[in-house]
Amino acid sequence: MLSVSVNGIQFRNPLILASGILDESGATMLRIARAGAGGIVTKSVGAKERAGYGNPVVYELPHERGIINAIGLANPGIDAYGEELRIALQGGVPIIGSVFGSTAEEFAALAKKMEEYGVHAVELNLSCPHASGYGMEVGVDKKLVREIVSAVKSEVQVPVWAKLTPNTHDLRGIAAAAEDADAFVLINTVRGMAIDINARRPVLSNAYGGLSGPCIKPVGVRAVYEIAREFDTPIIGVGGITTGEDAIEYMMAGASAVQIGTAILYRGINAFREIAGEIESWLIENGIEKVSELVGMAQVR
Amino acid sequence: MYRVVKIEEIIDEAKDIKTFKFRDSSSPLPGQFYMVWLPGIDEFPMSISHIGVMKGFTVKKIGAGTSAMHALNPGDKLWIRGPYGRGFEIVDGTALVVGGGSGMATLAPLIESLPEPDVIIAARTADELLFTNRFKNANVHLATDDGSAGFKGFATQLAAKMLDEKKYEMIYTCGPEPMLLGMVELARRYDVKIQASLERLMKCGIGICDSCSINGYRVCVDGPVFSEELFSMDELGRVRRGPSGKKM
Repeated sequence: MLSVSVNGIQFRNPLILASGILDESGATMLRIARAGAGGIVTKSVGAKERAGYGNPVVYELPHERGIINAIGLANPGIDAYGEELRIALQGGVPIIGSVFGSTAEEFAALAKKMEEYGVHAVELNLSCPHASGYGMEVGVDKKLVREIVSAVKSEVQVPVWAKLTPNTHDLRGIAAAAEDADAFVLINTVRGMAIDINARRPVLSNAYGGLSGPCIKPVGVRAVYEIAREFDTPIIGVGGITTGEDAIEYMMAGASAVQIGTAILYRGINAFREIAGEIESWLIENGIEKVSELVGMAQVR
Repeated sequence: MYRVVKIEEIIDEAKDIKTFKFRDSSSPLPGQFYMVWLPGIDEFPMSISHIGVMKGFTVKKIGAGTSAMHALNPGDKLWIRGPYGRGFEIVDGTALVVGGGSGMATLAPLIESLPEPDVIIAARTADELLFTNRFKNANVHLATDDGSAGFKGFATQLAAKMLDEKKYEMIYTCGPEPMLLGMVELARRYDVKIQASLERLMKCGIGICDSCSINGYRVCVDGPVFSEELFSMDELGRVRRGPSGKKM
């Protein structure tokens, strides 16, 4: 009932761990797999070890509206990451290797390494909103996006997912530049910040961060809906999914699967199993046999 | 969201260790921690050493953040969030509490919540011993690596002697990881239950960034106090991760 297929990869449910949440160490990813996730996207990994920003790296909005983070692409570097993946792959769910770089060549080399480590797909981080020279700064340059996707596609056999930024007026233009990708992942965090009025300064050490959680869900649903109307490329929806109803909403907008991140803060690691149960209950109540029937159901043509 | 609290009193406790007293309405359990932000400097996890309305952090000067905290004066402010994490579970029966160095700060409110525990306060040398005169309800034993006070040797060596002589229901411990690993091995050998509070490099404090994880357990949310899990943690006392997540 809950299994879905994206680019021929079978997921036991449509709930995939989003990149950047609990996916630095292999043992944690293994635990997430055993806790019911349908798949796992790794932390974004670059060519070299990177410590990320100093604390504070996260700011929690009151009333469970979401968080702002600027971890700063902390990662152990691609060479050290193979050992983590070896452990994560024991979980028996598809693993998607997320990579970030600043040039097409760098992305291609990292994707190749990920493929050698045994990932089922690679996700290109074209959208981190808080790292100079990477992520979103690369991902709004349509010419560069086209080069990166093309270079990675010709380097690896596994499917290539492009994670795009919502921090643009031209999402359709960027998606068009990434059209060689096998799937679009929509959306990354929304660039934002918080100021502590008593300290009279920004909270995050990097000042700017990425906003995630329930407060960005309408932005994500809109992005999925908008891109699904114009492209046949499968879409992975992400942004604020906390309940089964949220996941269903994204799928009705056009997502073939979804990713879960900040919800773990509110619901714990059991979020995957609980949200899967909520989707299943809704499907049964509404007489729908397979979750994949939801994909694009709400599109008004 | 941070709460701003005012430092009301600062107490010199031992070499490079000070207690900062402040009022806060939160209700922490022994073993829980807060994230303490010094704006413009750093944010770091700090376990609570005094619970009740007048609370305390007992802080060892080790890095930029804790050094800056040591330079503060009464009347200065701290930005805090928390309490976070899983604290100690207090169980009935005889208790052996083993604290190494500033690990005693974490154990102090626990000791005051236990009826009549046997306590080992350990440090490398006498002037690093913490809270030697604090506990009215406990049988306190001192241990120093150099023999400058109490038992000469490691906390684990004294603990082994005490475990030989008496049957304990629970070991509670906090301190350097090699000591914790030693205590876990003693708990296994003497078939005693154990709870240990761990410390790891921590970033978010709320269970999402994976920086503080050990064998897939998040110190900030699944811990910092662990019990049965300790016996299967092969990274304990052996593997640490740096700020990049790379194993060291």
